[in-house]
Amino acid sequence: MTTLQTLIMVAAFSLATFGTRVLAFLLFPAGKKTPRFVTYLGRVLPFAVTSMLIVYCLKNAKIAEAPHGAPELIAILLVGALFLRLKNSLAAIAAGTVAYMIMVQLIFV
Amino acid sequence: MKKTLRAVFPLTVPVLTGYVFMGMAFGILLVSKGFAPLWAFVMGVFIYAGSGQFVAVGLMTAGFDPLGAFLVTLMVNARHFFYGVSMLERFKSFGKARWYMIFALTDETFALCVSAKAPEGISEKNLYLAVSVLDHIYWIAGCTLGGIIGSALPINTAGIDFVMTALFVVIFLGQWKSKANRNPALIGLGASAVCRVIFGPDLFILASMAALVVIFSLFRKPIEREISE
Repeated sequence: MTTLQTLIMVAAFSLATFGTRVLAFLLFPAGKKTPRFVTYLGRVLPFAVTSMLIVYCLKNAKIAEAPHGAPELIAILLVGALFLRLKNSLAAIAAGTVAYMIMVQLIFV
Repeated sequence: MKKTLRAVFPLTVPVLTGYVFMGMAFGILLVSKGFAPLWAFVMGVFIYAGSGQFVAVGLMTAGFDPLGAFLVTLMVNARHFFYGVSMLERFKSFGKARWYMIFALTDETFALCVSAKAPEGISEKNLYLAVSVLDHIYWIAGCTLGGIIGSALPINTAGIDFVMTALFVVIFLGQWKSKANRNPALIGLGASAVCRVIFGPDLFILASMAALVVIFSLFRKPIEREISE
């Protein structure tokens, strides 16, 4: 991409992010009641979106061919186990990422 | 202002470590895809969204498609809409400063503002403003540092994208602790996995989001009953 194209992409990300943050203030100015369906979606969507983002991260993992998603699966199990054990998200994320990098660079090449 | 910052700083230390770490990971990831470190700084300043920026790296690597970028970012950050809903009343009296606070309403800033108690002699408005500014500075510092380190060190960064997967796995497990979150989380997992198989890696986010709204509308009654218990 050219510099201008990158700039336009960054502007699109920025606008969309600010859009999600400001929308409630534009739709429901002082005193107006939030529709119940919106509150309901607000209660359930964040959890569903977290799962969706995990699938998004794995969208290009090689499942049908070697190594059949092995590095992803091992690293995810490691992150989960460390997080549940240590209750420290940063340590779990760091260890899982380093483990994954070692696997894709040295083991499952 | 100095007094406010000094009193509020200790509250933000957990965010400091988290933002510097994740920001650095983002910066390193971005330059590993061939972008100049300056972009890490620019994106940290103007986008200012953790998961959003990680997804943005993927979209920028895929090529020039501003409309697609806009729509996917809307969905990735849709949860922020609901932070806004919770902050409607609180931000009302904050005058012009509220526009910056709305811009800077990240997950962590929201969580801090909802839970933090204003220290002695500091108004709620100044507390929120200080938290917002400090968190933003941490994030910009992390992104910039990552960009510089990533371009200066000749390290093999293959696989560093996994930092994003790990982040979402940790968020997922945190949410899983509460029983009421589990069905929405599983619906999200199932619907997006099915959509990934049917629509392929490029279109499935849009498809999943539509599917989720439809499913949550259809099963509103049982799900609402469950989460209110």
